[in-house]
This record gives sequence, structure tokens and C-alpha cells, in this order.
Amino acid sequence: MAVASEPTRGGKAPAMSADVVIRMEGVQKWYDRFQVLKDIDLEVHRGERIVICGPSGSGKSTLIRCINQLERHQKGRITVNGVELGPHHRQLDLVRREVGMVFQSFNLFPHLTVLENCMLAPLKVRGTSKAEAKATAMRYLERVRIPEQADKYPGQLSGGQQQRVAIARSLCMNPKVMLFDEPTSALDPEMVKEVLDTMIGLAEDGMTMLCVTHEMGFAKSVAHRVIFMDRGEIVEQNTPEEFFTAPKSERTRSFLGQILAH
Amino acid sequence: MIRAFGYNEFLFLLSAVQWTLLLSVIAFIGGGIVGLVVALGRTSDVKPLRWLSTGYIQIFQGTPLLMQLFLVFFGATVIGIDMSPWVAAAVGLTLNTSAFLGEIWRGCIQSVPRGQWEAASSLGLRYPGLMRYVILPQAVKVAVPPTVGYLVQVIKGTSLAAIIGFVELTRAGQIVNNATFQPFLVFGIVAAIYFALCWPLSLLSQRLEARYAAPSR
Repeated sequence: MAVASEPTRGGKAPAMSADVVIRMEGVQKWYDRFQVLKDIDLEVHRGERIVICGPSGSGKSTLIRCINQLERHQKGRITVNGVELGPHHRQLDLVRREVGMVFQSFNLFPHLTVLENCMLAPLKVRGTSKAEAKATAMRYLERVRIPEQADKYPGQLSGGQQQRVAIARSLCMNPKVMLFDEPTSALDPEMVKEVLDTMIGLAEDGMTMLCVTHEMGFAKSVAHRVIFMDRGEIVEQNTPEEFFTAPKSERTRSFLGQILAH
Repeated sequence: MIRAFGYNEFLFLLSAVQWTLLLSVIAFIGGGIVGLVVALGRTSDVKPLRWLSTGYIQIFQGTPLLMQLFLVFFGATVIGIDMSPWVAAAVGLTLNTSAFLGEIWRGCIQSVPRGQWEAASSLGLRYPGLMRYVILPQAVKVAVPPTVGYLVQVIKGTSLAAIIGFVELTRAGQIVNNATFQPFLVFGIVAAIYFALCWPLSLLSQRLEARYAAPSR
């Protein structure tokens, strides 16, 4: 397991009074008769960085995919940036353009260059001018330290580079929240660090982040709060110090025992 | 009065090729436009659209093209429209082609990985933009070889228009044969002309397939 370069915890967790960016209340979801999310309550404050971990099948990816409605929940309420997600397209559009998402498998558009990948959504969703979209794209490509790859196609880049482009592509929409769905799980070990470093850089700039990840080093050094999920429930949530040194639940202890054993 | 098969007869057959080609082009363009709608319906999230396009495909794939041409040609008369064999052939072939192309393209659209849809949606692209800028450009690459290959079927399918009286290559062959009574020679030449039209397309389709199958960029 790669460990993030150095502790970069920037200040304390935002106070409880800070604005709530995401609020989930009693969220439930089923796949047929199998319940993947059981009564999830969660509040995410502006600037907060949350790591969600748990065994596979625990519902952690489903949880963050409900926030931008790649998965639809069946019960409960989800409010993002003051907009409650309902059956209408208008709310969905409002939410999706404010929430960035980074996937395990990058999902770059293979028929477009790196630069075009980054410009597409600002051009077609926000209606930004071409010059401005390009300037923004280059700014974020520089930020993820690959401006020189702008005219290449995704297939010509390494996995780590592709994932950094995916992060830049999301940032070009200037999102209020970034969701990361196991962003380093598909990477070769030597590329994990470059992606984590990019994420740490984002954290330092105060981005609100929800990360599903097994990178416990990243969780320790970056997260304000670690959430442990098992069988569709939030079993435990705490600051990383408390979470790793004094887990309260037996399920958490057994999970940590397994992933920190080697 | 029996004539011998000569140069003039051969020229007559050759000049009928233009009608075969024109009918093929119309069927292909019309079928392409309707076929895209059918393919989008087949891959839609909206259930009634999916049912409708599935039913459409199954009806046209499950009945002979000849019956479809009959139904269009005679059906138009029943409802009081005077339809020329030309229009009937064009409409019938367009409908038939659209069902087959729709089904081919459905597969191509669905071959684009789910992650592409998710990434585009999560960036805020709605269905029209998502399709136009992300999914269809990738589906087209997969679609080109089988689509060119299907053009061969369209060209051969136009020969059935002869039966409702449209004078294209096959009908021209029948006319020549009625005058010369040399069916083996005449229809042998007709078949050879069809082959000359279709074979290059088959080769092209194979070459395109090999090119697109190569690891891209």
C-alpha cells in the first residue's frame, strides 16, 4: 500500500456551523431484493474531506454514486448544494455540473485528445467560449503536471497520467465537490503516488472531497473524517486518529486488522 | 419474334444498373436516417420507445422483403394512394434497411463501455450532447465495417423491386430474356454485374474491419 508523501493536513475540520454541501437523510437503495444502502444519514460540510472505506460490496461506491445520481436511491432525501434530488432533470443537471467525479477506470473519452477531454463539458454544458475553455483546461493540466500531453490521446498515456487527466477534466467544470470512486485501485503500484499527490494538492486548496479508497495512508494524512461502511450501513465514523487507534466497533477492528496486517 | 443477345442488349442491361444503384442509395440513405432513430430507440431508457423499436425490427426482420414490397405497393392502392413502383420500392427498401441497420447500430452503441456514459453524465452532459459528442463517435468506428457490408444486402435486395414492375437490373434482365430466350446467358450476365457491384464493397468492408480491429492510436 502506497503511503502519501507526507502529512499535509491543512487545519482542522470545518466547524459544524459551516455550510452543508451534501445532506443525505434516511437514504435507502435496493438492487432487486438486495438492500445495498440501509438508512444512510450523512452531512458533508464545505471544505470537508471524507474517506469512505469498507469491504467490497459494503455499498460505499453506491453511496457516492447516489450523490450525482449515477444510481438512483429509492427512499430518503439527498440534497446537494441546496438542491434536492428528485425525479426531474432540472435538479439533476444543477447537481451534476457542481459535482465532479473520478472513476476507478478513468473513463476518459478515447476519441478525443487530452485537451478536448477537458474542454468538452465546459463548452457543451456551460457554454464557455472556446478560448476560455482552452485556457481553463491548460491551467488544470498544468496543475496536474501534464500540460505537455495536451494533444495526445488517452491511449498514449500511462494509467497514472490518465487518472490525472480525469481529475483535471472534472476540475474544468469548477465543481463544488469532488467524488473519488477508488481512484487508485486500477493503477500499477508505482503510479499510485502521483495520483494521491494530485489529490493531496486539491485537499490543500480546500476542495470538498469524498473519497472511496483503501489508501489508509491517504486517509490518515488528508481526511477530516473516516467513514467505515459494512453491509450497506455506516458502521462507524470518526477522525482518522480515533478511527485508526481506537476503533469502536468489532467490524471496524476486524476490517482494519485485515487491511493493515501486511 | 426472337432476337439474338447482342451488344445492344448488353448496353440495355448496363444502363439499368443506374436504377439499381439509385434505388440502393435511396434505400441506404433513407434506411440510415430511420435506422439511427430505431437504434436510438432500442438503446433508450424509455421503455415504450424500446418496445416500439424492438417490435419494428422484429416485424421487418421476420417477414420476407418481397412481402413488405407487396404490402407497400398494394397497401397504398387500398388506402387510395396511387403509388408508382418507384416510390413503393424506395419506401419498402427504406423501411427494411432501417430495421436491419437499426439492429446493427444498436449493437455498436451498446459496445461503448458503460463508463463512457457515466463519465459524460457526471460532467453534466445530457442525452443529446452525450450521444453526439461521446457515444456516437465511438460507436461509428465499430459500425463502419458491418454497415458497408450490409450495403451489399441492400443492393441485392433491390432486385426484388423487379416483381412490382420497377425496371432495374433484374427487371431489365427479364425483359431481355423475353426477347432473346437465352435465360442462362442473360441471367448469368445479370448476376455477374451484381457481383461486380457487390464484391468491391465486401472487400472494402473486410479491409475496414481489419483496420478498425487494430489497436487504436
